[in-house]
Amino acid sequence: MRMSKIVTITADLLPPFILAFGLYVIAHGHLTPGGGFQGGAVTATGLLLMIVAYSYKDIAKAIRQDRFKLYESLGLIIVIGVGYIAFLYGATFFTNWLVNTPLPFGTYVPFGPNPGDLNTGGTMPLYNIFVGVEVFCGLTIVVLYMLSGLEEGEGSS
Amino acid sequence: MRTITKVIPVIILLAFFMAMAASFDFGRPFQTAMDDYFIEHGQEQVGTNNIVTTIVFDYRGFDTLGEASVLLTAVLGVGLLFRRFSKGEEDEAAEEEDWQEVAER
Repeated sequence: MRMSKIVTITADLLPPFILAFGLYVIAHGHLTPGGGFQGGAVTATGLLLMIVAYSYKDIAKAIRQDRFKLYESLGLIIVIGVGYIAFLYGATFFTNWLVNTPLPFGTYVPFGPNPGDLNTGGTMPLYNIFVGVEVFCGLTIVVLYMLSGLEEGEGSS
Repeated sequence: MRTITKVIPVIILLAFFMAMAASFDFGRPFQTAMDDYFIEHGQEQVGTNNIVTTIVFDYRGFDTLGEASVLLTAVLGVGLLFRRFSKGEEDEAAEEEDWQEVAER
């Protein structure tokens, strides 16, 4: 079943902006309100709009579900792996081992108001990015699974 | 009579909540040692301007790790419930139903 022209054209125009906003929320998770979970949910909404506006079959062909499952698992594994790297520095699990070092994301931030620099936060940006990937892929996969069940029911009745 | 018995508990609850809301001094917590520590040291120790993210991902990182694991488990459960049966499994399920029908007779 096709949606009306208004919905279809809106779904053609909006997803890039929604995806860009979601990626912004993820990337600036350590500076502005938001973070990995919220940005991942926003990003998933952009894809859900396309899934809702077009028929399930078209979208299921275009999206490779295996890749989404792989990236979801990889996101969580990398989050845990980043936590384990702290052992190399002689610290406990999940210690922020990148902060206040010359490595990327390691710039020192003094106490008080400041304009904000993306190159700060230690492991926070890494956690935000990979948790965002996990949430994005997970929510998309959940909705795809549920829609597949819905269509089977429609076909049989 | 019945309406009175329904209304009286609601009035009591409302009065209770109003009294509680009036008695508390919102915005001025009793214990502020923890909040002050996070606000004063968050930027220097973690390097983030967003104190909420500092607490969620660093000071209480295990909580966030658990949340992410819960999400993965939820997706796993949905995938198990809504999976497409492969050919062999479908036949087995159909055979099982047949046997159940025979047993019911």
